[in-house]
Amino acid sequence: MPYDEVVRTFDPVLGLEVHVELGTATKMFCGCPTEFGAEPNTQTCPTCLGLPGSLPVVNAIAVESAIRIGLALNCEIATWCRFARKNYFYPDMPKNYQVSQYDEPIAFNGYLDIEVPTPEGPRSFRIEIERAHMEEDTGKTSHLGSDTGRILGADYSLVDYNRAGIPLIEVVTKPIEGMGELAPEVAKAYVAELRALVQALGVSDAHMHQGSLRCDVNLSLRPTPDSPLGTRSETKNVNSLRSVERAVRYEMQRHGARLAAGQKVVQETRHWSEALGNTSSGRSKEQAEDYRYFPEPDLVPVAPSREWVAELAATLPELPSVHRRRLQTDWGFTDLEMSAAVNAGLLGQIEATVADGADSAAARNWWLGELSRLANERGVDAGELPIFPGDVARVIALVDSGALTDKLARQVVEGILAGEGSPDEVVAARGFKVVSDDGPLLAAIDAAIAANPDVAQKIIDGKLAAAGAIIGAVMKATGGQADAAKVRTLLLTKLGLTP
Amino acid sequence: MTSTELTRRTAAELAGVVASGEASAVEVTQAHLDRIAAVDAGVHAFLHLDTEGALASAAAVDAARSAGESLGPLAGVPLALKDVLTMKGIPTTCGSRILQGWRPAYDATVTARLKAAGVVILGKTNMDEFAMGSSTEHSAYGPTHNPWDLDRIPGGSGGGSAAALAAFEAPLAIGTDTGGSIRQPAAVTGTVGVKPTYGGVSRYGLVALASSLDQAGPCARTVLDAALLHAVIAGHDPLDSTSIDAPVPDVVSAALHADVRGMRVGVVRELTGEGYQAGVQQRFDEAVALLTELGADVVEVSCPHFPYALAAYYLILPSEASSNLAKFDGMRFGLRSGDDGQHSVEEVMGLTRAEGFGDEVIRRIMLGTYALSAGYYDAYYGSAQKVRTLITRDFAAAFEQVDVLVSPTAPTTAFKLGEKLDDPLAMYLNDIATIPANLAGTPGMSLPVGLAPEDGLPVGLQIMAPVMADDRLYRVGAALETALLSRWGTPILEGAPVL
Repeated sequence: MPYDEVVRTFDPVLGLEVHVELGTATKMFCGCPTEFGAEPNTQTCPTCLGLPGSLPVVNAIAVESAIRIGLALNCEIATWCRFARKNYFYPDMPKNYQVSQYDEPIAFNGYLDIEVPTPEGPRSFRIEIERAHMEEDTGKTSHLGSDTGRILGADYSLVDYNRAGIPLIEVVTKPIEGMGELAPEVAKAYVAELRALVQALGVSDAHMHQGSLRCDVNLSLRPTPDSPLGTRSETKNVNSLRSVERAVRYEMQRHGARLAAGQKVVQETRHWSEALGNTSSGRSKEQAEDYRYFPEPDLVPVAPSREWVAELAATLPELPSVHRRRLQTDWGFTDLEMSAAVNAGLLGQIEATVADGADSAAARNWWLGELSRLANERGVDAGELPIFPGDVARVIALVDSGALTDKLARQVVEGILAGEGSPDEVVAARGFKVVSDDGPLLAAIDAAIAANPDVAQKIIDGKLAAAGAIIGAVMKATGGQADAAKVRTLLLTKLGLTP
Repeated sequence: MTSTELTRRTAAELAGVVASGEASAVEVTQAHLDRIAAVDAGVHAFLHLDTEGALASAAAVDAARSAGESLGPLAGVPLALKDVLTMKGIPTTCGSRILQGWRPAYDATVTARLKAAGVVILGKTNMDEFAMGSSTEHSAYGPTHNPWDLDRIPGGSGGGSAAALAAFEAPLAIGTDTGGSIRQPAAVTGTVGVKPTYGGVSRYGLVALASSLDQAGPCARTVLDAALLHAVIAGHDPLDSTSIDAPVPDVVSAALHADVRGMRVGVVRELTGEGYQAGVQQRFDEAVALLTELGADVVEVSCPHFPYALAAYYLILPSEASSNLAKFDGMRFGLRSGDDGQHSVEEVMGLTRAEGFGDEVIRRIMLGTYALSAGYYDAYYGSAQKVRTLITRDFAAAFEQVDVLVSPTAPTTAFKLGEKLDDPLAMYLNDIATIPANLAGTPGMSLPVGLAPEDGLPVGLQIMAPVMADDRLYRVGAALETALLSRWGTPILEGAPVL
């Protein structure tokens, strides 16, 4: 169903569940290290392997991180709460129950304000937070021997328990309503804002592509905002900001098509495929899973003192929204420019590029312009491109100094993305050398003036726009390697005008 | 000193024998290994003997002595370890087929503390599968026989540990007590068994039956020996969150301070009379009269909610057990069935559990799964927790009036093997007097107070004290033990048939 027809016919409601892997040095309930990418099953012990007799002990830093996230999300912090066991059988669950929190989350009743860019300017939304709770991650299963990597058709499966027991914070929104056609952008902006928030807190690196920030998208449609909530689908494996937006859009269209055809939406878990740009039905559940939650008897309740919570609240770092207001003032961006940068998830990149000496406008232009275009071609987020902010700053510096033209600079960036090295290495390797010796340039300008005396006269008479014709002739004569701005300056000087 | 003489000594005496050099730890250990070789075919107290390891640790104690190092109070004394506690490299089966072949990679904290104290661990003792039972008949490896009458049960679940003491195969043993599994076997074998305050002894490495109820504790033939062992294994453990971070009550001093003058002793009205075998009641009443003679102030106390303890227990225990036993799925350790390439992972888990678990285990997993299910949780698990709170309040109210409570430990003396095997409810009633202490986390001791006139079998008296007042058990127990010994002339076990 075409997207605009969906939003004309239905009102979307979202619920987002974001899992944030904390960047603690050790796991949630044992002392094993949490380093990403280690040899399988080398970061394990009796506790995170769930061996008989082993017991969990709560990681105090994880609790502190959870409280700080809760405070940054404007949540109430529980005075007393417990862990609970979520019981279900799966090979990558060492104990066949997950230690999580159920009806007593550490943080609850908060909100996060976000802005979504629209043609009329940025629009604010307040996303209500239901809860943020602590839990342990599961192990990771790889199904081998099939083309799809899915369990169906696999010859065998391997389980890596390095991830088992990594601390997670799950942040759950209340139903998000009143978005209309902006639902995909709202979802994306929320996840981007939450990611910026946990990064600012320093509690997680929040790399979506490494799975340290994962989003489950619950979506339902209803005829009008007054109607009861429709049946929802829960889409998992949404592992980039771009995917969040695409998955919401896809599910809205899928739901819309079914509902418009008089079919029912099945309440189920669906799997987002980045490659195919669609969702497919996950493991079918014949009935609603009964997790038989009950308080985890191996752990004592968590009862953070009010003094501790107050201390953590007082020492929160500058939060992203405040930080953004400060940057916007420093950089002189308009609201529209700022929200475009935020929504693209590129504020950090622009900030880092500016920190490496670039002008803020130039940094914005590169990241939101050329780099976003290149990222789009590759189907990734610009932030995931293999280029460092320092590289971008260097390219900008080369342009500013006249060493590169804009056109050449774009080629240098492509070279960097192709893995040809640093900006200077690409410049050297590709032989890009801007003609900067004034002698040959002046000769070319003289020749161009001689060939176009009438144009030169117009310029002298004050029609500066006419300069383009001569500059163009000079550029042509130098094979495009000259710096157009420099040619203009030299030309005007030559004609006795103030450049 | 002859081998027989060594096996008849108390642990305190044996430690003295080793320390003085009267006999070496190796000789003491060998004497017990010889005794096991002579009688265990009939008793079947042990599931696994660690002959080599025991002799090696005994030799280490002898070497330490020769080197002039100071020895701990139980150094060189042999001990039988219940097969529910892990010991590195030594099979740990929990009396279950599903753990066949599993050799833990780590020591339980109790095991580690025993080793550090120079206690010589002879092997692992038989038990009802996963500690579910009161007769040790639910062991997958065949029942243990009561040394008083090999046709009778030794109690359970720790029948192996109690029988090893009564058969003079070991002077010390470790048991675990979830609803009476230390105290009831002690009662029916004429030995001493103590369930410490919940959290007094680390549960790390104790394969969990019901986490909120399980507690490891000392088993011995005398009150002082139990106290010495208690002091070795008790104390805070950072690996167990539910372990109490406070000084261990001075149980050894209490055992040496056998004086009950001025102590207030409460007889629990709800744990006497109907349902208790006449000879059990008689010996209990005589012991209470003896306490009065010794200067205690004996009164009757009512604990009105105790009659609901059994019902609450049989909801809480199976609920926790159903979750704790989920990890036994054939994926990471122990038995695996159906791994023939024809079965899915879910089927392998199901086949493994069907083959590996006995009927009583399956019965309780089903009960617990049901009790925790959506729609039933409040009525079953929730209500049981409320009863648990009421029982805790009963104890609190009672301990405002008295220093300790007493009752018969078990309603009957040892029954015949097979007698109650097909009647789970009759079996469950064995623990009616011991369960309240598990629900409230209070400590309890069973002490032999004579033989029932009608069958000549041992009767146990239970002493209960407030949380972290375990020392009171030993004070009262030692006073009664001393008075009874002077009345009898010889220890009760000297009256047991010679095996």
